[in-house]
Amino acid sequence: MTAPILQIKGVTKRYGGLTANSDITFDVAPREILSVIGPNGAGKSTLFKQIAGFVTPTTGEVLFKGNRISGMPPHKVARLGVVRTFQETTIFKSMTVRENVIVAHHLRSKASLLGFFFGSGQARSDEEDFARSADDIIDFLGLQAIRNEMASNLPQGHLRALGMAIGLATHPDVILLDEPFAGMNHDETMRMVGLVRRLRDERGLTVLLVEHDMPAVMKISDRIVCINFGEKIAEGTPAEIQANPRVIEAYLGSEDAAIGM
Amino acid sequence: MTQSRLLGVGAFLLGVFVLVPAFIHLTGRWDFYYTLTSVALLSVSAAGVWLTFYIGRINIGQGAYALLGGYVSAILMTQGGVNFWLTLPLAGLFCAAVSVLIGVPILRLRGVYFAMVTLVLTEVARLTALALPITNGAKGITSIPLPGELSIFGLTLIPDFATLENPKLAFYLMAAALMVLTYLVLWRIVNSRLGHLCRSLQQNEELSASIGVNTAMLRVLAYAISSFFGGLAGAIFVAISQSIYPSSFVVSDSVNFMLYCFLGGLGYVFGPMLGTLLLYFGWDLLSVAREYQLLIYSGTMIALMLILPNGVLSLFDRKGGSK
Repeated sequence: MTAPILQIKGVTKRYGGLTANSDITFDVAPREILSVIGPNGAGKSTLFKQIAGFVTPTTGEVLFKGNRISGMPPHKVARLGVVRTFQETTIFKSMTVRENVIVAHHLRSKASLLGFFFGSGQARSDEEDFARSADDIIDFLGLQAIRNEMASNLPQGHLRALGMAIGLATHPDVILLDEPFAGMNHDETMRMVGLVRRLRDERGLTVLLVEHDMPAVMKISDRIVCINFGEKIAEGTPAEIQANPRVIEAYLGSEDAAIGM
Repeated sequence: MTQSRLLGVGAFLLGVFVLVPAFIHLTGRWDFYYTLTSVALLSVSAAGVWLTFYIGRINIGQGAYALLGGYVSAILMTQGGVNFWLTLPLAGLFCAAVSVLIGVPILRLRGVYFAMVTLVLTEVARLTALALPITNGAKGITSIPLPGELSIFGLTLIPDFATLENPKLAFYLMAAALMVLTYLVLWRIVNSRLGHLCRSLQQNEELSASIGVNTAMLRVLAYAISSFFGGLAGAIFVAISQSIYPSSFVVSDSVNFMLYCFLGGLGYVFGPMLGTLLLYFGWDLLSVAREYQLLIYSGTMIALMLILPNGVLSLFDRKGGSK
């Protein structure tokens, strides 16, 4: 295994007496698709928030390319190249798809605040670059047809893709997808699986996802980390995870049934 | 800028700087100068409130900054002998600085919680003005000189107001010019990337942070600009009335600033300007209803909010869009 791009080291979060997750440790290799699974309330979302800087771990740390990112505010984590998309498809509702993606390029802006205000040459050339890059991303995700649609009018599947486009606009190294398949039918899911693969294959991204849809997870993941009651109970390839008795017990409460497929 | 927009701006400027004074001269309604000056200044203050709305915060504390700006200007003039024209930016900057100190902790609050804290601010400002020796307590500061001469290298840009035949007209022109400038700045902010980022903040702060926006800084910046406008307006009010008391700006003023924004439309840069005009004149016109004035006024407000939740300007908006 090459040097990990992301290292989760003994990450723990306690809210008063409640422990959201505890001593979670795993590495993520560059260009890997890694899924974090676990029953509801297992602490998966907290883990994502810890990685993206929304929640500071009580103990433990998160390293990105060897540098500690836990404890940094989200915009700094994003600036370094770790970006989170959202479970609730929350985007800038009163903007068009294209405007959304353009605004999301903020990170790459070189102009100063005063430059924005006075419309400096730098600010204008930035805007042009962003528009070009936004169109590129829109094409990549196959959203051409809805480019000028107001985001508030979009159906679920397109919203999810738009959320991904917003994440991509920051040109991240690592993208965290929060339940990308939730609420999708089989066809939509399969299309999204293809899209996530292309993120890795064509854009060289490392993808971390939290997901409940087991068939999709098994299909897409290089490796899977399973969390239950805030603790990591298993880590391995999809085949290993499917055969792991602790995982089966966590999901079904017995060893008699197999999960997923 | 499109031609029609340019034409609109031209017509607006013509109206404000030529037609209104001409109308007042013809009709002899000199009292309108005071009313319209007030409208212009209140709308400057309301512009600030509108900007905080634009980042998704309900600001019911603008009166505090108007009061603060007024006192800064008054104290600098009466005790420091500073020229009024210099106290004007100083009052604004002082308010901006104070708002940064206050904003850093309270801007973390959202929704009604932020609104509640700002509501208290005006009262805190009033009580502080009552208690401090420098503000002269309940007696306030009076006999503040009229704005002096503004000259650069011996060239007189603005004459001493005390030597003018018609200081009312001068105040009106000053307030109108400031209003135009304020809304120009506001329009520019909203239509630049800065405005896009503010809107992203209004719609979804977490997503905004995760695309790399320093949300905390942006919020404080918007609040500081907002307070700058508040301080500016306050300072000019003081110059007009030549006095300031702790009750010069009270909670109801802060609430009014917010209502101007609501009525005009939170999605429109020029919303607060229109809202101020309508509400201020509306209130005056309703005085014929005597004891029913407040009842009709508030009833109309409620009705308007129900019928036109996006403000009066949404009437003219075909797309129901953004600007």
